[in-house]
Amino acid sequence: MLLAITVGVLFTAAVYLLLRRSLLKLVLGLVLIGHAANLLIFSSVGVRRGRPPLIDEGQTALAAPYTDPLPPALILTAIVIGFAVTAFAIVLLRRAYQEIGSDDLDDMRATEQ
Amino acid sequence: MSLLLAAPILIPLTAAVLCVLAWRHRTLQRGISIAGAAGLLASAVALFQQVSASGPVASQMGNWPAPFGITLVADTLACIMLLINGFLAVCIVLFSLGGIGQRREAGGYHALVHGMLAAVSGAFVTGDIFNLYVWFEVMLMASFVLMTLGGQRGQLEGATKYVTLSLISSMLFLSGVGVLYAVTGTLNMADLAVKFAAVENSALAVSLGLLFFVSFGIKAAVFPMFFWLPASYQTPPPVIAALFAGLLSKVGIYAIIRTFTLIFSHEPQMVYTIMLAVSGLTMVIGVFGAAVQTEIRRILAFHSVSQIGYMLMGLAVTGAAVADGLPGGSVAAGASASASTSAVNAAIPEFAVMALAGTVLFLVHHAIVKTNLFLVGGIVLKLRGTTVLARLGDLYLTRPWLAVLFMVTAMSLAGVPVATGFWAKLVLVRAGLAGGEWIIVAAALGTGVLTLYSMTKIWSEAFWKVTPDAADLAAAGQHPTDEAIDAADIGPRGVPIMMTVVAVMAVATVALGVLAGPCYRVAERAARELLEPQAYIRAVLGPTAGRPASASEPAPAAASAGGVPSQR
Repeated sequence: MLLAITVGVLFTAAVYLLLRRSLLKLVLGLVLIGHAANLLIFSSVGVRRGRPPLIDEGQTALAAPYTDPLPPALILTAIVIGFAVTAFAIVLLRRAYQEIGSDDLDDMRATEQ
Repeated sequence: MSLLLAAPILIPLTAAVLCVLAWRHRTLQRGISIAGAAGLLASAVALFQQVSASGPVASQMGNWPAPFGITLVADTLACIMLLINGFLAVCIVLFSLGGIGQRREAGGYHALVHGMLAAVSGAFVTGDIFNLYVWFEVMLMASFVLMTLGGQRGQLEGATKYVTLSLISSMLFLSGVGVLYAVTGTLNMADLAVKFAAVENSALAVSLGLLFFVSFGIKAAVFPMFFWLPASYQTPPPVIAALFAGLLSKVGIYAIIRTFTLIFSHEPQMVYTIMLAVSGLTMVIGVFGAAVQTEIRRILAFHSVSQIGYMLMGLAVTGAAVADGLPGGSVAAGASASASTSAVNAAIPEFAVMALAGTVLFLVHHAIVKTNLFLVGGIVLKLRGTTVLARLGDLYLTRPWLAVLFMVTAMSLAGVPVATGFWAKLVLVRAGLAGGEWIIVAAALGTGVLTLYSMTKIWSEAFWKVTPDAADLAAAGQHPTDEAIDAADIGPRGVPIMMTVVAVMAVATVALGVLAGPCYRVAERAARELLEPQAYIRAVLGPTAGRPASASEPAPAAASAGGVPSQR
């Protein structure tokens, strides 16, 4: 429940930041929406305490309720990709800021004529 | 066989690595680049022959059995897309020998192009939905850098919009993958095809389907989400825009086709009504956008949007027909899926296959033609240093062959007979009429006329009229899109090889148009495989697998009830 609310708050905040005109808030919005998606994966399959996906000694199969190890693996991949993409986005927006001399997205009009 | 499936990914990836190693040797990089592109095309041809002979092929990476490891799988559609990928790769690499400009070539252009080609191939052959996300990200990363290569102001602004929307779309995709996994307990697309049909909650099925549609729709640039495309495709050098227009938006459409025929194949009618409306609006608004533009690359970018609508139209007509055939109404599709699957397969009307085949034909047509038009724009930019129509003129006088090649390609885009555009549109329109979707057919035909209008506008402004004199040119001023070429690169040097590439592609669109019969048969086979994915599923999961009801005996209910984590 707490996780679900966190995901909702993160998505809301991200969308709010993405809709602002400032370049800095755009970056923060992109970071937050990434976190929101990762947490969504984490929480959507259900979180269980103290049930690692390990086969007990003497058994040949997993006992029924256990934490699914796949979502964390997916999230790990997504975090790594997200890190690289965010790094690129920050450099790009910094260069754009230097070139345009303003952090207002409304000043990006060269391609809209 | 396993190597053949991986080859379209490995060959460009190797070429990219070698290009990075040969960073300071530009001639060597060019050689590697050409060899890599040729290798990609050759592997695509080999794979196409194999699939034509024996149906879909699959191989499990790392020998993990099917639903657990990552599967590579190629059916006819994937092979067609790989052929497009290989053909465009060769054309683009050869063209860029004359057209990319020294500064950008030294900035790692060849390595980036091959990185992108590898990712595009990966997206076409992967059989795992999370792996598709990874390939999307690789592709986006390469395209981000390609788009900003050169660092001009216009490029940075266009890239800001492109990067932001691409990232949002990726995050929606990722969220969708997470929920899909929570619902079905699998990420393998063939396995999803089996298990998602058994999902009881139809509201969840619809919202998931639409989540994927929005995510891929942003990448494909469909109606409400296309604004990044005209803003960004006009800014990089035309050869890069050509690569993007030919391949990137195709990957989005391919992903929509793949997921909506394989996974979300039991969506209710409403989803397809939305899809039809979106495709119609994409066509019409895109072509109106193009009509008011006065710069070659902006016109072409808006046309790219408009043409995406046609590809979506075929899928929407097919989906609507299949959803119509669902017994027991539309909303209960999920609940009754296991009972109705076999009935649906029997009830696919002929025009549904035709509509999807039309989409496949249109994908091929558009990849060749739109790429070629951007390349013509590249030659114009190289010769004159601008693609603003007001500053151009006399090209028919000075470069008659360029004018002829432009005309052939432009007429193909507009749908004038013999070339590919005519046949692709004919098939789509006939399927639309057979399906009774009058409005979308009217939109498609009207869009064709307006396409012809903008093409004649380029013709009369750039090729026919007298070049404005120097005073007028000075008054018109520098245009941001002119930054895509450095002053040092303007001039006729390198134009012959660019012209050769454009000529080859123009011949290709006419030749495929003349060979419309065989082409249609291949497209039809691709469509049938998509609509009856049993062969695809069996290729991945083994000979006994299938959708529960379509196997000879009904599978036990426990196998398809989504017992979430216990499946793994």
